[in-house]
Amino acid sequence: MSALMQEMGDRALRLGVPFSVQLDLTYRCNEQCVHCYLDHDDHGEMTTAEIKHLLKEMAEAGVFILTLSGGEIFMRKDFFEILEWARALTFCIKLKTNAVLIREAQAARLRDLGVESIQVSIYSHRPEVHDAITKVPGSLRRSINAIRFLKSQGLKVIMANVLMTENMQDYHGVRALAEELGADYTLDPTVTPKMDGDRSILDLNAGESALRRLFRDETFVGNVDEFCAPPPAPDEDSMESLPCSAGHTACYVSPYGEFYPCVQFPLSCGNVRQQRFIDIWRDSEQLKEVRSIRLRDLTSCSQCAHGSSCTRCPGLAFMEGNMRGPSTADCEKSFARTGVPSANLLASKEKISASRLVQIQIVPAITGSRLSGIGMPASAVAS
Amino acid sequence: MNKKIYVARSPRIAARMLGEEMLVMSGQGSTLFTLNPTATILWQAADGATSLDEIVERRICSEFEVKPEEAMRDAEALAEDLAKHGILLISEQPIAGPDSPVQEQQQP
Repeated sequence: MSALMQEMGDRALRLGVPFSVQLDLTYRCNEQCVHCYLDHDDHGEMTTAEIKHLLKEMAEAGVFILTLSGGEIFMRKDFFEILEWARALTFCIKLKTNAVLIREAQAARLRDLGVESIQVSIYSHRPEVHDAITKVPGSLRRSINAIRFLKSQGLKVIMANVLMTENMQDYHGVRALAEELGADYTLDPTVTPKMDGDRSILDLNAGESALRRLFRDETFVGNVDEFCAPPPAPDEDSMESLPCSAGHTACYVSPYGEFYPCVQFPLSCGNVRQQRFIDIWRDSEQLKEVRSIRLRDLTSCSQCAHGSSCTRCPGLAFMEGNMRGPSTADCEKSFARTGVPSANLLASKEKISASRLVQIQIVPAITGSRLSGIGMPASAVAS
Repeated sequence: MNKKIYVARSPRIAARMLGEEMLVMSGQGSTLFTLNPTATILWQAADGATSLDEIVERRICSEFEVKPEEAMRDAEALAEDLAKHGILLISEQPIAGPDSPVQEQQQP
């Protein structure tokens, strides 16, 4: 981020302006990625007219950066009509797409409309790995062709690579592919729970050893000693710091008009079909609560060695059950990076140790229990 | 300057008022600029149909204590600078542009 953009973000925070919004136009998708957090059925997307009305409200509220995402944005037949309208409202537009439906004509239109950047999801440089993740044969070839079309129009393309068990060997290959195609590259090592709370896909997370390897790869992190250094002790200033921009200068709107602090923070703050965007932004009690939280208010993190340096995601913490609690995925990243366990991991370890003892005690009773039949106390079995 | 010149906001840029300043991102290399209040007035008035001297007379001289010739010189220099960055289009003929649905911005 440029210094000027940082300054503008700070100014937006002071002025209470929703500087950056992600709007998902649809949850429908032409890929079925194994790690996706969305329900792809259409449960009543906003119409073209509703979206145009919303965009006008967003422009009036001062939104500058508008990220259009999904689902797959090109699944909407009115996508270009929405994009043209958004550009006429002078938003800075970023797109997130799998690019499978982009050909020369679409790429030229995106250039003409002055889109700032297009982020394309690429999971591997090997078709057998990428296509197995998207569950669409030929999807890597089509996405790469699209990136070539976009680059030939002079557009900025960012290749986004989610790291998971299926592709953890391939990030060097994807980065090399990005370089070859003239695209930027970004790596995200976190698979997140589904929006409905289902956590089963978290098993796809790459795991500690893969994270440790990644965090010690100087071609990714730069100075390894600096990146993996033990965290500095949290000071008074860091105790007053904000967790992230969610709800402060940024927010998210779903295809159904639900307003959340962030795409990864499914705390409903209102619905733009029933209320004006600016009224939700200003008056939502949920947003006020999110905005009130400082590091010192966090149950576990305020006592944690990583407090001031952690990338804790409040949305992931919310999905774990408490927006003031820890985000275990980020605890694991901090641990993999520094080797210093977080307060949350230490507490979990203690809980696990205790529950193991309990398991030993109750097994005979559950299994019916020859030992309990002769009146032997369970605790004696454990010992 | 004898000939009239016309200025229009480039359709390739992104822009929004943030406090007192206009924030502008040029399509050329995603470069970010902020315009001061005078530059913002000029940029907002650049509809392609109003000539620069009319903008200076109606929007700048009426709001700032400045001599018309001096204001015009500054406005020309500013317009050329903005044009160099792809923020403004300059022509000796009126410039046609798409209708914009932009309305007045609210202060949150």
